[in-house]
Amino acid sequence: MSPSIIYNIFMRDFRKQRKRMLLTLVAILWGTMSIMMLLGFGEGLKVQFMKGTVGLGQGIVIMWGGQTSIAHEGFGKGRRIHLYESDIEYLKKNLPELKEVAGEYIRWSVEIRQDDNILSERINGVFPAYRDMRNMIPEMGGRFINQLDIDLKRRVAFLGDDVKKRLFGDKEAVGETIYIQKMPFKVIGVMKHKVQMNSYQGQDEDVIVIPATTFVSIFGDPYLDNIVYQPNSMDNTKALEKRVFEVMGARYKFNPDDDRALSFWDVIEMTRMTNNIMIGIEIFLGIIGGLTLLIASVGVANIMYVSIKERTREIGIKMAVGGRRIYIVIQFLLEALGITFLGGFFGIAITYILTEAFKRVPIESEAIELLGKPTISLEIGLVVVLILGIMGLLSGLFPALKAASVNPVEALRYE
Amino acid sequence: MISMKNIRKVYNTGKVSFEALRDINLEVEDNEYIAIVGPSGSGKSTLMNLIGCLDTPSDGEYYLSGRKVDSLTANELAGVRNREVGFVFQAFNLLPYASAYENVELPLLFSGMRSKKRKKRVVDLLNRVGLGEKLQNKPTEMSGGEMQRVAIARALGNDPKLILADEPTGNLDTKSGAEIIKIFDELWETGHTVIVITHDMNIANHCQRTIKLKDGMIYNGNGFPVKKQTASAAGLN
Ligand SMILES: Nc1ncnc2c1ncn2[C@@H]1O[C@H](COP(=O)(O)OP(=O)(O)OP(=O)(O)O)[C@@H](O)[C@H]1O
Ligand SMILES: [Mg+2]
Repeated sequence: MSPSIIYNIFMRDFRKQRKRMLLTLVAILWGTMSIMMLLGFGEGLKVQFMKGTVGLGQGIVIMWGGQTSIAHEGFGKGRRIHLYESDIEYLKKNLPELKEVAGEYIRWSVEIRQDDNILSERINGVFPAYRDMRNMIPEMGGRFINQLDIDLKRRVAFLGDDVKKRLFGDKEAVGETIYIQKMPFKVIGVMKHKVQMNSYQGQDEDVIVIPATTFVSIFGDPYLDNIVYQPNSMDNTKALEKRVFEVMGARYKFNPDDDRALSFWDVIEMTRMTNNIMIGIEIFLGIIGGLTLLIASVGVANIMYVSIKERTREIGIKMAVGGRRIYIVIQFLLEALGITFLGGFFGIAITYILTEAFKRVPIESEAIELLGKPTISLEIGLVVVLILGIMGLLSGLFPALKAASVNPVEALRYE
Repeated sequence: MISMKNIRKVYNTGKVSFEALRDINLEVEDNEYIAIVGPSGSGKSTLMNLIGCLDTPSDGEYYLSGRKVDSLTANELAGVRNREVGFVFQAFNLLPYASAYENVELPLLFSGMRSKKRKKRVVDLLNRVGLGEKLQNKPTEMSGGEMQRVAIARALGNDPKLILADEPTGNLDTKSGAEIIKIFDELWETGHTVIVITHDMNIANHCQRTIKLKDGMIYNGNGFPVKKQTASAAGLN
């Protein structure tokens, strides 16, 4: 058996039967592409969703003071419970289950000026631990509020990326001065952009963050707006909540069963739910992907199957004029491999190009931002190509093998 | 050229088996011109397929050009078909997607002929059957007579001694049919052995020898060349 004979026959038929081969190729390409895109965008959505969820913070619970609804130890109901800075240390001391605790002061509609630019913005007074808990990561060259800022009541400000844009445009902000209620503050950092899907006071990109001590000295707030804590373990946050009721109840003399006295936003629990939703979506996409694969397989098989009669005659003719079985079988194998390889290659390549292009489209939309990072998986692509290739082989090669295994007369008689 | 001894061909379709040929004893010398005739179903095509090594006999011995070919492997048979036999079918059996040129090229590809030589050979062959102008035509762009001439050119590819044609004019009008027969005449005149199956008695009478088949047997006693017939007839008497 001579490679040049195989090559000649193969190249010739490849050129000649372009239409059928092209159809098969497109079927494989299309199947590969749609499944990869489907799962790729699904995965990207999931990653963005996860990021968006941790945009608010990672493994944290936010706690607000409420109003008692049960009379307790001589106090009537309806008493307001406030959270104070001293509660931070108190909680840390009494609840070793907590890894980190921080508090936050908030003030809305504060006058901010930078040159001629006057805005009305939200100001947060925070502690350094806030940075990691709430994922407020500074861009390169900047920093977050540190302990020294707190101790010295420095007039320094950390800007959300959007408010920075509104104040400074594209100019560098770090090192510049802004005026908060006419008092000069030095900008020490700008927040790295993040996807934030949840908030309790507005998006972090719009906030101006200053040291809690500085905040109190300017605005004179007597108590915190909320406390954010981060447990050591993410399991069983409900039980931990109960413990918080107990220790805080002991401190402020309210009934630990009085669930109105404190309110919580359990970001951990929410993340878990989001996770489950995403798993559901992934399963759903997986099912659609499977069905798409099935359709593509049927398409490939169909194209191959339709041409069996034609091909069986072709094989009969080739054998009648002296073509050896092995040439014919190898030709079919090469054909199936070639088509699968090309279809798969272009399918994967086009998917890659499209998703990369999509990532680069500069659209300022939160929906697109969520969808915007399709994560294609080469493995999935290869598996799809493999399955479609095998389908093509099963539906095309076996009839060909059968045709080549009988004598030419029988192959020629095939109807 | 051909020597068949007690050839039998049985077709097995499911439980039923059918004896399409029996007691076939056939001798053909070089450069004979033979017609095979007989009613439909008498086994003409079956016999021709055996002669052309497209199929193998169930029983008996077959020598082609002195070589025993009744029990060759599939690959060996392919080689015999490629080099020693040119087969022309009633239904042309051209590759529909390929041009005249490419159809004729096919047996040359399988014999591994070099591309330069191959090109020249294909053009020569098509010129020889009068289709030098239609190299690039596809079967769908040709008349029946032209398709059959392409098929003949293809059969001549590796210059086989033996040309077999199973009702080559069956699908053609009288005029195209006559042209095809004329080509066979020329082939015979240039030294080929030609065997033609036909229903047309004019064509049959035109040949040197007519073999009549009926119920899978040669019944006119013409299984042997003319002189041998007389010899055996003399022996019988
Ligand atoms: N593959 C097969 N399986 C079963 N029976 C077959 C097969 N091929 C041929 N036959 C039978 O063998 C007999 C001879 O067939 P063959 O094709 O040789 O006839 P023929 O003389 O060429 O007829 P026609 O003039 O119609 O072409 C027929 O009865 C046919 O039914
Ligand atoms: Mg017949």
